[in-house]
Formats: sequence, C-alpha cells, structure tokens
Amino acid sequence: MRTIDRRPLALAACSFAAALCLAPVEAHAHLVQTGFGTFYDGVVHLFLTPPDLLVAIGLGLLAGLCGSAASRGVLFALPAAWLAGEMAGSLFPASLTLPWLTTVSFGAVGVLVAVNANLPRALLVPLACGAGLLHGFVNGQTMVAAGTDRLGMIGASVSVFLVITLSSALVVSLRANWTRVAVRVAGSWIAAIGLLMLGWLVRGQG
Amino acid sequence: MPGRATGPLVLAALALLLVPATVFAHQETGSVTGIVSGLKHPVSGMDHVLAMISVGLWGAQLGAPAVWVLPVAFPMVMAFGGMLGLMGISLPGIEIGIAVSAIVLGAMIVTESRPPLWIAAVLVGFFAIFHGHAHGTELPAGSSGLLYSIGFVAATGTLHGVGIALGLVHRFRGGRLAVRAAGAAVSAAGVFFLARIFV
Repeated sequence: MRTIDRRPLALAACSFAAALCLAPVEAHAHLVQTGFGTFYDGVVHLFLTPPDLLVAIGLGLLAGLCGSAASRGVLFALPAAWLAGEMAGSLFPASLTLPWLTTVSFGAVGVLVAVNANLPRALLVPLACGAGLLHGFVNGQTMVAAGTDRLGMIGASVSVFLVITLSSALVVSLRANWTRVAVRVAGSWIAAIGLLMLGWLVRGQG
Repeated sequence: MPGRATGPLVLAALALLLVPATVFAHQETGSVTGIVSGLKHPVSGMDHVLAMISVGLWGAQLGAPAVWVLPVAFPMVMAFGGMLGLMGISLPGIEIGIAVSAIVLGAMIVTESRPPLWIAAVLVGFFAIFHGHAHGTELPAGSSGLLYSIGFVAATGTLHGVGIALGLVHRFRGGRLAVRAAGAAVSAAGVFFLARIFV
C-alpha cells in the first residue's frame, strides 16, 4: 500500500499559521472601524426603505420612457435634491416619516409610468426635484435620529444615483415594443402598491 | 460493503438529532411576514388564481394591444378595489362577483370573444375591483401593510404573466384548443364557486 508523504502539507500549514501571526493588526482595520461605515449604512438604507426604493425606480423608469435627453437632467437632479432634502431634514431630527406624502409621491410616479406619460424635461426635472426633496427630508430626519451622520446621507444619495442611472439607462436602451410595455406594467405595479398603501394608511395599519 | 456504507449515514442521522431546535427559529416576523404573506395570498385561493390566469389567457387570445393593456390596467383597478375595502367602503356580493368573474372570463376564452378593447378593459376592471376588495385587505396582524401590498401585487402580476405565457400556445392548432379547454375549466370552476355560495 502506497503511503502519502504528508510532511510538505504540514509544513505549508505551519508556514501559513506563522504568517497569520505576523499579519499586522491594521490589516483588520475594517471600514466600519475607520469611520467609513456610516457611508455604507446610507447606501443600504435606500434598499431597506421600500417607499424610497419605489420612487427612485419609478422615476428611473419614467425618465427612461421620456427619452435620453430628459433622463440626463434627472440623473443629477434627483440625487442632488435628495441630498439637499437630507441635509435639511438633518437639522430637524425627528421620526416624521410622512407616509401619506411619500406614498402619494411613489404612487403618482407609478401612474405616470403606467400611462406612458411623455413628460418634457422642463416638467420631469422639477418632479424629480420635488420627490427627491421630500424623500431626502424624511431620510435626513430619521437617519439623524437613528445616529447616522452626514456621510451616511451621502451614501444614500449615491445609492439613489446608481438606481436611477441603471433603471433609466435600461429603459432607454429598450427597443422592442413589448419591453417598453413591460416597463409600463412595472409602473402599474408601483401605482397599485401606492393605492393599497393609501388604504392601509386610512385604516391606520401603514 | 453495505456495513461500511451505512455507518457514516447512521452517524449523520444521529448527529442530526443533536441539532438544537433553535436552529429552526426563523426570523419570519414583522416585515418579512408581510411580504411573504402578500406573495402567498394570491396563490392560496383557487378563485383568485383562476381569474388572474384567465386574464392572461384571454389577453393572449386577443393579441396586441389587449395582451398588454389588461395586465397594465388590472393591478391598478384591483388595488383601487382593495383601497375601497381598506377604507371600509363595502361592496355588495363580493364572493358572487368573484365566482361570476371566473364564469365570464372562462366563457370569453371558450368562445374566443373579441369585443372592442375598451369593453374588454371595463369588463376585466369591473371584476378586478371585487378581487382587490376581497383579497387586498387580509393583512396578518403585526405585518407591514406596504410590504404585504408589494408581495400581493407582485404575485398577482406574476399570475397574469403565467396566463399570458400559457396563452402563447394559442398560436398552434392544438394549443388553441387547449386554451379554449382551459377556459371551459375556469368557467366550470366558477359555477362550482357560485354553487358553494348558495348551497
């Protein structure tokens, strides 16, 4: 029976363990510990807040349906307004989530996508600014109340920029008729969620 | 050898007995419950499933633009019905309306009816109000209304998609017959739902 020489393996394992012992402590300096963690808190915040995510996706779809020229303005207007709203909200730390307004905002955007509203840039950009200021304001209030600093707010705005860029670019690139109708179906889903949410708010279970 | 092969299996089975019960303590509370309940609810009632798939099947039969208009219009009108229910505005004959929706939509598929688009949209929208009113309001206690709504709308829309996908076989001779047979089955189920209300 052939025996396997395990000495090289054992030597490699010991060498690896020794190398680990020599690793500097700074190697474990995670971003969370260096103070950069709140940025990621902000990045993730958008994806854990359905009304914010729905309005960002909805505006991306709407901008895409309105064409590339209209989209370009929204790409920067929405995150900038979002950040401005967050900064304004951070001055009044509270837990005012304004669910009625945020629900109406994403529901209305969903309706506009569903009906394939071809808005001019002059209308689309103020709409995005209004939504950004509102949702950003709520973000700023609640994030400060939860202990997130302004770096987190920048993270949230970066997330908004990424979502609206990706969603609007995707829609602008669509050529087949059925794919654009699929976008409108997505808008009708967002509008339907908004309508149901209004009902929940009336009932007091939002 | 069988003895050697079963040994590790027996040991593994014994090891499983040592797994603490807390491993199965899922975090399915609050928000998670809301979205899972919303996703499950539309597929847990045969009346809702059949009506949603029928909308897709009929849309596929009608072809463009109905195949796209109906799935765009239905979720919004259904949510409007759900909103009425949540606001405490009652509608008469909800269960009857749901049963009749299966009968009528199934009949439309069987007969391959091709009414003008606005009539098809009004008909589907009318029934959507009943479905939304009945099903949109059943939020489990302690769950998020928003996440329940997201799950509910997504599951309903997916059922439309399933109906449209199934309806694509309508292009083939045998498939056309199969779609009409499916419509007959939906109508028969609707008659059963209706009979159950009165009997």
